[in-house]
Amino acid sequence: MLVWLINNPVWGALAVMALLSLVFGAVLGFAAVKYKVEGDPLVEQIDALLPQTQCGQCGHPGCKPYAQAIVDGEAINHCPPGGQSTINALADLLGVEAPSLDAEHGEVTDIKKVAFIREEDCIGCTKCIQACPVDAIVGAQKKMHTIIESECTGCDLCVEPCPVDCIDMLPVTQGVQQWSWQKPSNIIASDRTPAEAAA
Amino acid sequence: MTSTPKPISTVSTIPRNITKTWELPGGVHPAENKSQSLKLPLINCPLADEYILPLNQHIGAPSLPLVRVGDRVKKYQRIADAEGIFSASLHAPTSGLITAIEDRFIAHPSGLKAPCIVLQADGNDEACELIATENPYSLDHPTLIEKIRGAGLVGMGGAGFPSAVKLNPKSSTPIHTLIINGTECEPYITADDILMQTYAEEVIAGSQLLAHILGHSPQVIIGVEDNKPEAITALKAAAQNTNIQIASFPTKYPSGGEKQLIYILTGQEVASGQLPAALGIVLHNVGTTVAAWRAVRYGEPLIERITTIVGQALTTQRNMRVRIGTPIQHVLDHNGYNARRNASLIIGGPMMGFAIEQTSIPVVKTTNCLLVPSHAEMPPAPPAQACIRCGHCADACPAGLLPQQLYWYARADDHSKLKSHNLFDCIECGACAYVCPSTIPLVQYYRSAKGDIRQADLDKKKSDQARERFERRQERLAEEEAAKEAKRQERKAVAERNKARLADINAESTSNTANSRILNDLVANAVDAAAKQTPNPAQEHARLARTLESLNSRIARLEGQISSEQDETRREKFAAQIKQTQQSLNETQTKIAAIGTNTSTVIENQISKVTEKLNASPIDLAQKSLATLQKRLATAEEKWAEAKAEGKATADALTQGVEKLKQKVIEAEQALNAIQQSSAPQSPDQTVNAGTSNDAANAAIERAKQKAQAAAAMTPEQKQAAAIQSLEQRWLKAKERLAKAQEDNDENIEAFAASVEKLEQKMLALQAEGTS
Repeated sequence: MLVWLINNPVWGALAVMALLSLVFGAVLGFAAVKYKVEGDPLVEQIDALLPQTQCGQCGHPGCKPYAQAIVDGEAINHCPPGGQSTINALADLLGVEAPSLDAEHGEVTDIKKVAFIREEDCIGCTKCIQACPVDAIVGAQKKMHTIIESECTGCDLCVEPCPVDCIDMLPVTQGVQQWSWQKPSNIIASDRTPAEAAA
Repeated sequence: MTSTPKPISTVSTIPRNITKTWELPGGVHPAENKSQSLKLPLINCPLADEYILPLNQHIGAPSLPLVRVGDRVKKYQRIADAEGIFSASLHAPTSGLITAIEDRFIAHPSGLKAPCIVLQADGNDEACELIATENPYSLDHPTLIEKIRGAGLVGMGGAGFPSAVKLNPKSSTPIHTLIINGTECEPYITADDILMQTYAEEVIAGSQLLAHILGHSPQVIIGVEDNKPEAITALKAAAQNTNIQIASFPTKYPSGGEKQLIYILTGQEVASGQLPAALGIVLHNVGTTVAAWRAVRYGEPLIERITTIVGQALTTQRNMRVRIGTPIQHVLDHNGYNARRNASLIIGGPMMGFAIEQTSIPVVKTTNCLLVPSHAEMPPAPPAQACIRCGHCADACPAGLLPQQLYWYARADDHSKLKSHNLFDCIECGACAYVCPSTIPLVQYYRSAKGDIRQADLDKKKSDQARERFERRQERLAEEEAAKEAKRQERKAVAERNKARLADINAESTSNTANSRILNDLVANAVDAAAKQTPNPAQEHARLARTLESLNSRIARLEGQISSEQDETRREKFAAQIKQTQQSLNETQTKIAAIGTNTSTVIENQISKVTEKLNASPIDLAQKSLATLQKRLATAEEKWAEAKAEGKATADALTQGVEKLKQKVIEAEQALNAIQQSSAPQSPDQTVNAGTSNDAANAAIERAKQKAQAAAAMTPEQKQAAAIQSLEQRWLKAKERLAKAQEDNDENIEAFAASVEKLEQKMLALQAEGTS
């Protein structure tokens, strides 16, 4: 065998190359079957970055469908609740330039809101329960409903279906516990306007 | 931090010597400014008229108020209880009247309000009786811990950690060292210094008591910086004949940090994210130590503390014993406060304190200093310049972090990098900002980044929860839909099979054998269906037994209520309820008895029905089917009318159903007319309102989408106009609904009327806004 290889260097090299390609092909083929990934991991990654309000402002019935749509080529700036930080994170993940938020889908609001049912006005029609994407409303037919505040994502979807208009979107109270320091305003000495510098 | 700990000083103490102390890496030497507040002796702050007691003066859950507005309380009386372990109780600082429990401004950098108990002092300062203990060492461990917890003790150095928690470490980590922190490294503050000078005996007694509570007779070290010679002398004199060591070491800021002091005294570093208890060390402030002694020995809860009142905007700078809850204004007024000379009002020292706006804020358990500097004393910080990457901050950092890197990452909001650079090990001492030649407010960047990361973590947790709920909901809806569809298919299949069989019968009516075979098949089908209808007897029995049990317990409960109820009418009501419950109890019992016999009767019924159907003549069948169809049509029409009157979304779907039924009735009539045909068209038993489950969420999304698209292209005026218009539409819709409700005499008329009114108000308000 060795003698033949030495005597026929060209054929020998070819034979070795062919053998190697067969071996690697087999290994890769085996790996492809054995370590096959179910579903699209990219969708999961994108979904993890979205704010999960399930508000539908992007035009999809929930955050996961939008994640799927992004994988299928939709723009990444359709999510107002996530705001610029979510867009930046998505751009970072997908390796694209971060666009600014598409105003067509709504505006960013800094104030977090949750739905609140004025319980004395509720007639128990269950329409808001059907609309809530995260099952954050408790109630039954002809029984008063109420919202589980800790589970409400503030998506707004329950307000419109209410026939007696008893759902309000209230801003989340900012107490001492929730407060945190703000970043210093980004002015350095050389940034001052002439008026400020004179003063 | 530095690699090899090196001894820098030897301390000669009585009776046992600490052989060496270690030098703190980093640190700065700001001007001490401690002499001005030490010139005058310690005095009591005169009583104020009003005391404001925040419910959350400590780390952990806010306390629960025990008093109500209008209650009279005495000095030392407990007015709020600890909520769980990580909390502290609160006591009245003087006698008086509780005038309010409401949100007031508190000593917090946010400048926000928080719940407080407000006490109007009556000036008598009448105390309730305290339970003194002659010999605290005679008490057992739980009693001692309970006494300290009951006194509302929290760390008085600044953090406000509930002291009882620290004194009750896990049994898995025995405590071998107790360090008493008398360092007080921050400029201007001398509260602990004067405490050690005045109450040296009590500091020593308290240290011994804390060591006793911790058990395992740990070594006790009191750490004091060498800029407090009087305090060191006083402590040494008091510690004679005890085995407490007094260690002094060179002054450097921030030696008084918990982890820093542990390093200075033991050379050991507390690992990132761990507590000193993991090393077998516990650390208490001298103020806490004295308060613990007083709490156990004299039964005195924590109602006052020593606070340094210092700054050039005052005529007298000194230390005072201030009752907790005293408004800062009151304290300052007694020291000749000149608001016009004052640059800013700072709670705490110049390095770690925070500025506040209101002087109505009360002194709390952690307020060690009120700093009111003049404009000359503390000029406003010069504007920040660009970072020149000099690296002084890294040299100054006592925690061994890289402040410059943290600064860049904080500016870039790079949370993962901040975490990997151990941002959370930053003690916010301000040494880096102090040495920064560009005067960048570094600490503020770190504080804000910490807040952002905490918030982001919370948001992440919440969004994960929302995702799970959303996915579970989708699954549930899909399951429900699938189950419905399966049922529909099954019914359809059965109906088709029966139809085919009947056709067969008609075709082969001459052949008796075929007839009987088909009959057998049909009977088998019927038995199957009946078996499906009747639940498993065992399961059914279990279910009924459960019902029986709950009914029994309900009766017992109601009987209990009757016996405890005085009101006659309510008793009657309960009695009626019992009667009702007993009735359902009886019903359930008969049902249980009947289990098993049911199945056979159901099957027999089914069989007889099928046989009847088979034996009936085609004309009979057709007539019968027509009759059922007509009946169904009538009910469907009734339903439809009702839905329409109520304005339900299902009305459209019901219309469809009615149409279909009408069609079927016509077909059936035709079939009956054509007598040659032996069988009328079978009515497949399909649910008529298949279209009703139109997903409300999808519809709402669609509408919201359209609205957002329209809104994007509009100017603010147009937006407002659109908002008014949409409100108008909603108002009209609501009015229509109200009219309908009135027509039908709906029970919810009031709710509808209220909604119309509210919408109208909203609309008018918006219109007014638009015109103004």
